[in-house]
Amino acid sequence: MRIEARLGNSVERFAEKTAVVAGESRLSYADIDDRSGSLAAALATMGVRPNDRIAFLLDNDGEAPVSFFGTWKAGAIACPLHPSMKAQKLAAIFSSIEPAAVITHVRYLPNVRAAIALAGRKMVVIATQAPSDFGGDHLRFEELLRRTPTVSLPQSLDDADLALLIHTSGSTGDPKGVMLTHANVDAACQSIISYLENTADEIVLSVLPLSFGYGITQLVTMVCVGGTLVLEKSFAFPRKIMDRLAEEKATGFPLVPAMGALIAGTKDLPEGFLPHLRYVTSAAAALPPVLSSRLQEILPQTKVFVMYGQTECLRVSYLSPEELAKRPTSVGKAIPGTRAFVVDEKGLPVTPGTIGELVVEGPHVMAGYWCDAATVLQELRTADRERRLLTGDLFRTDEEDFLYFVSRKDDIIKTRGEKVSPQEVERVLYALHGVREAAVTGVEDPVFGQVVRAHVALEEGRQLSERDVIRHCAQYLEDYMVPKSVEFREALPRTTTGKIRMSAGVEAEPQLENAV
Amino acid sequence: MAQRFHSAVREFISENFLFRADADIADSQSLLEGGIIDSTGVLELIAFLEATYGITIADEEIIPENLDSIENMISYLARKLPVAA
Repeated sequence: MRIEARLGNSVERFAEKTAVVAGESRLSYADIDDRSGSLAAALATMGVRPNDRIAFLLDNDGEAPVSFFGTWKAGAIACPLHPSMKAQKLAAIFSSIEPAAVITHVRYLPNVRAAIALAGRKMVVIATQAPSDFGGDHLRFEELLRRTPTVSLPQSLDDADLALLIHTSGSTGDPKGVMLTHANVDAACQSIISYLENTADEIVLSVLPLSFGYGITQLVTMVCVGGTLVLEKSFAFPRKIMDRLAEEKATGFPLVPAMGALIAGTKDLPEGFLPHLRYVTSAAAALPPVLSSRLQEILPQTKVFVMYGQTECLRVSYLSPEELAKRPTSVGKAIPGTRAFVVDEKGLPVTPGTIGELVVEGPHVMAGYWCDAATVLQELRTADRERRLLTGDLFRTDEEDFLYFVSRKDDIIKTRGEKVSPQEVERVLYALHGVREAAVTGVEDPVFGQVVRAHVALEEGRQLSERDVIRHCAQYLEDYMVPKSVEFREALPRTTTGKIRMSAGVEAEPQLENAV
Repeated sequence: MAQRFHSAVREFISENFLFRADADIADSQSLLEGGIIDSTGVLELIAFLEATYGITIADEEIIPENLDSIENMISYLARKLPVAA
């Protein structure tokens, strides 16, 4: 089923119920339906056609859910982008996906304009929360919702069409656009709903960005069951979120391990704290057993679901909370209605205990990676609906077929639950005048899993400080990709083939003198 | 007077976070709403304040009312470190 049809079902049953809480605004199912309908009509009026791409640079505001459903009602594809993405990368993505329109918070408008100029493309720019006197040729989101539609919306859309195009870090350093159909998203979300046992009584509080699969599934699952999604923008002040969970009587709270670490480190949490919280989930990176047991201790009445996912199929597996004490390092088994198993290099299943690559099969597996519009749309028509996803993650199983993550096949870094490609960061480092050699590794961190570290050798006579390097990176990279520390070396270690070989375990050499 | 903290706090913010934003910020601007700091940033900020002023910031003090703008930070510091009579 298409996702906007799921919204339609919930509107019929729960029109006046609160669907989304964002800051001061509380939107009912009828509100989301009306506003997304108006947005869809406005998009269609300005020429947006089914399968056109609509890019988003949005925070967790009320406009974000409206933008997703408005896009889907127009038959278009939602392309949520990380709002801290810088103009150059944004321009490259605009050139690749050729969006018909971009919906951006006014704060990111200068960046979006710079990207459009770099890409040399024309597209409609819609700004949310823009003051009426804010200069430029953008359309105001709020004004579009008030317009009277002059065209009707497309009818009988197909659930084999794309719902989402989500960009994720690839091991080559170029971002990959993951294509998920409505059927993919629906299959993943119905499966998640079944094992979390979500109902219309659920109130989920999410700080996860809606540019991220784990964030988007919170929105879609709540809309499917007629529950309530409380959006918060950040976990920077954990106490504030704890208070919000209590105020809203939240029953579900999705975490990434970094957030779990911050909660686990909080002292003096009152007894019987968060009595309404039915479950927490953890995904996006491995949750260390010490954290899961601490969370269970702080929240004795709350079920802890450890999960594992990839943008390419949204969710792979979950560990039933009853198994957590027995198998604290497992990520469980394939989510209902799907298969996940470990294979050898020939693609054949291995015996328990043997390390191999995890593969995933099922109706949630993506349609593929975006290349260009014409090829993609042609392929989708002819593609076999169910394909095997090679996760690039090495796993093993125990005797009872529970899955255990071992390591990545490539050198992708996971920090705060987000993937960082070392090559992407290295490319930016090499563009800094004075850098002769550069390598990027992930350094273990108790809170963030890994943090990004740059190792740099400078050209002779060049002087650069750690701050100079970080400042340069911050101009081109999303915030979470920017190195937290820089180590200066005379030369970087190389393999016999001359390739720079840097592993996180390499003993640090003394800091050099030209590192000021 | 809270002003005694102003220059050090402002310098730390501008050295460490402002290069992410395009423009300078007002003392009253929310650092979070402005996209200037995130959860890593808040931890760095706490480490800076604790090291610079020799204070311990309790978990329940890590709230926007104390730390989310330059103005909030300097009045928090003034409450935390009253001038000796």
